[in-house]
Amino acid sequence: MSYLFATPEEQQQMLAAIGVESLDELFEQLPEDVRLNRELDLPPALSEIELDRMLRKISSDFATHGDRVCFQGGGAYDHFIPATVDEICSRGEFYTAYTPYQPEASQGTLQAFFEFQSLITALTGMDVANASLYEGASALAEAIIMAIRSTNRGGRVVISGSVHPEYIETVRTYLMRNNCEIVIADVVDGVTDWQQAGSLINDQTAAVVVQHPNFFGCFEDVKAVVDQAHAAGALAIEVFDPVSLGVVKRPGDYGIDIAVAEGQSLGIPLQFGGPYLGILACREKFVRKMPGRLIGQTVDRDGRRAFVLNFQTREQHIRRDKATSNICTNQGLMALRASVYISQLGPKGFVELGDQCHQKAAALADRLTEAGVGQLAYAQPFFKEFVFQFNRPAAEVIAAAQKAGFNLGPVLNRFEFQNPIPENSLLIAVTEKRTFDEIDRLVAALSR
Amino acid sequence: MENQIALQLLQDLSVPGRRATAFPPEELAEAGTSSQIPDEHRADHTLSLPELSEGDIVRHYVSLSQRNMSVDTHFYPLGSCTMKYNPKRHERWAGMNGFINAHPYAEAGDIQGLLAVLYEMQEMLGEIAGLPSVSLHPAAGAQGEFAAILTASAYFASKGEDRKTVVFPASAHGTNPASAAMAGYKCVQLKPSSTGLVNLDDLKQHLSEEVAVFMITNPNTIGLFEKDIQKISEMLHDVGGLVYIDGANMNAILGKTRPGDFGGDMMHYNVHKTFTGPHGAGGPGSGPIAVRDFLGDYLPGPIVTRETDAHGKTVYKMSKPPKSVGQLRSFIGNIGILLRGYFYIRTLGGVGLREVSEHAVLNANYLLSQLKDVLDVPNGDRCMHEFVASAASLKKKGVTAMDIAKRLLDYGFHAPTVYFPLVIPEAMMMEPTETESKLTLDRFADTIKNILAEDPETLRAAPHTTPVTRPDEVKAAREPVLSYCPCPTPFEVEAPTGVKESVPSYI
Repeated sequence: MSYLFATPEEQQQMLAAIGVESLDELFEQLPEDVRLNRELDLPPALSEIELDRMLRKISSDFATHGDRVCFQGGGAYDHFIPATVDEICSRGEFYTAYTPYQPEASQGTLQAFFEFQSLITALTGMDVANASLYEGASALAEAIIMAIRSTNRGGRVVISGSVHPEYIETVRTYLMRNNCEIVIADVVDGVTDWQQAGSLINDQTAAVVVQHPNFFGCFEDVKAVVDQAHAAGALAIEVFDPVSLGVVKRPGDYGIDIAVAEGQSLGIPLQFGGPYLGILACREKFVRKMPGRLIGQTVDRDGRRAFVLNFQTREQHIRRDKATSNICTNQGLMALRASVYISQLGPKGFVELGDQCHQKAAALADRLTEAGVGQLAYAQPFFKEFVFQFNRPAAEVIAAAQKAGFNLGPVLNRFEFQNPIPENSLLIAVTEKRTFDEIDRLVAALSR
Repeated sequence: MENQIALQLLQDLSVPGRRATAFPPEELAEAGTSSQIPDEHRADHTLSLPELSEGDIVRHYVSLSQRNMSVDTHFYPLGSCTMKYNPKRHERWAGMNGFINAHPYAEAGDIQGLLAVLYEMQEMLGEIAGLPSVSLHPAAGAQGEFAAILTASAYFASKGEDRKTVVFPASAHGTNPASAAMAGYKCVQLKPSSTGLVNLDDLKQHLSEEVAVFMITNPNTIGLFEKDIQKISEMLHDVGGLVYIDGANMNAILGKTRPGDFGGDMMHYNVHKTFTGPHGAGGPGSGPIAVRDFLGDYLPGPIVTRETDAHGKTVYKMSKPPKSVGQLRSFIGNIGILLRGYFYIRTLGGVGLREVSEHAVLNANYLLSQLKDVLDVPNGDRCMHEFVASAASLKKKGVTAMDIAKRLLDYGFHAPTVYFPLVIPEAMMMEPTETESKLTLDRFADTIKNILAEDPETLRAAPHTTPVTRPDEVKAAREPVLSYCPCPTPFEVEAPTGVKESVPSYI
């Protein structure tokens, strides 16, 4: 099967107009000895109906995973997605367009992204948001690079040990060939020891990074982070959970300089880890150091409101090796999904969403404890996920849950942490999608 | 015909008390739960988000969508971006339960079917590249470049070498130097040559044991195949350096030649270009990289591996290569886009992919043949999948490439990429792709001819029929408004010295 247009007759007409005899003649530029004189060794072509059958079979083979009730977390969550998100984002006018380089022919995209920036600043209490980055972990790495540029300090970055371990690894990879020292602050009982961490922040520190609620679900002392960072002339960076912001203080409320997040919770399906949505917002004075696209409002020649790509002189296509980042393609369609999602919820929806996630998570933790299957690993309040230490091996717990139709995990021993993690611990997340019936059935399954 | 009410900003459509999605609190009250968020963290704000009804939201976004050009609605010959048809079947398949609801921390034993698909994708990308070790991890082409440069540096470090520079031709995409700089390398840009190909003399001048990587797009951004690529590769290998192939232009050579066969050591794919992602109004993309076996141990990951267990059963696992540079993002990769690429390759097979490139090159050469008498094409009358015309000779009439680009919008065509590559003045880079008909190409060529015969003033004032005329980019930069503000009081931003803020649009 193919998506080609030219019939053999048209092909002949076109070749004649070009002045060649054959398609092969068009490839004369290719030196003889680099030509592939065989067909690519790939599986045979399949028609739509054949491939449909094959994919249905593959998908149904592991659909049991997708059919189970999801209590999994660790940076990707099973939140409810309103129907409008899929409906609007499946419009070809959006998803088959590209980067809005011709503003007159892209006002739809440009206005939608300008509105995305506006919605994110309202949600976070920050001054400026960009039009998206790849996902949460690389957004954190970009924020740290931005802090290094903004402070002119490249010596050290202090990161809380309660930040998502894959995010910390991503930062290490991004800064692999940079002489910046990455210092991890200790975690005690599920939260960062900011007293001790204070001594790690020196006059060469570009940024101090906190995740709040942290990887273990617990609330961090963000105020202390901001105070300590600013006292040392460093920037305070927060990794936040957008779903929490109806009920938890916003990064802007704490005085954070750069706020980043994984936006998957805002209307984006799990799809095994991507594509997701990197969110980055900051104070206005850092806007020239921001990575990624920024949409600005202006007027056209007739004085009408119009939107354009703004401050392009920060970007790789203009500034090349002096650009603030190498990012080009971003996550446009995912930003659109998030915009529709946020529009659907509005201010009240976010409060209800936060309450639902938080109170259902607290209920599950209470009921597991009451059932005597284990205990909370940390004596800390939490938002929508928590670390639970079971009385038996985590693998057995996961197997029991799966048998009863539930997905649990990640098991915490799959990650490397600076401070030891209690044995048999699982990270458990509860979203607004879960019902109290599902919570009780999970507790019952794990009590057997 | 536009719905001006629906097109207002979301915040202007907001009416207190309206709402669309609710999560009723009754359920919580019945269960007798309460909030345990400590006072110091509890929100004391009301979010200043717009309050909208669902009908408002749908009408707003649908009206916005109608202010866009897209592949589904228009010919979109944006050079270097490969704006080909995005098959609808891919959207249906990517939404299947098994694919869309898989959590990234699913147990490997639970998702063998998905891992088998990803493993096969790695194998197929390795075959198409002629470079057998593949990582699906990078989120987009630029991250793939960055990942490959880090992979190379880890390889050099293992040999005790600390090389300092990355070299690239003048026609390189901006991401090449930006990625190399992010990886901590000094960037060396070669002087352009009169042929549009790599300037071999200048390359020779800059080669030494300090050079880690030479980054090259092949076919290059002018649409020419770098015929000296094997010589270039030898020159690099002689000083111990590596050759990186920017895969943005793979649509020209599928099944005709392979980066591994012409001397490349590493490359990235743009799945959203070559394998019809789709582009999503600027992403998401996916930028898998393929490398020679000796570099495979350093690849970022996780990657998918295949083993046979004690019972002889095939088992797929996820793991990092032994000396991996590590992760560049959370989780395994942009699976949703990779799956669409997988569907595409499985639909076309080896013969179908070769035909894609043959027809992409046919269409580009045909369009070139129809335009070469009216527009200058500085690098000859043959090309690969795209070509670069120059509007420089029209300057005397007071017409620029940008004017032609804007006027095309009036005729219902998206503009080509303009002012890139930088080495050609008043560049107009056209890539029709294989999924356009002769009829469309004929109409497009006729339209360009019409435009060139029009009064220059009409062109300078274009576009005339789009929802807005040319926006004031200088004002946007000088008085920045970057988020909704009911009474515009733009904040002050200092313009960097020596840089003109009003910039043309590049790829």
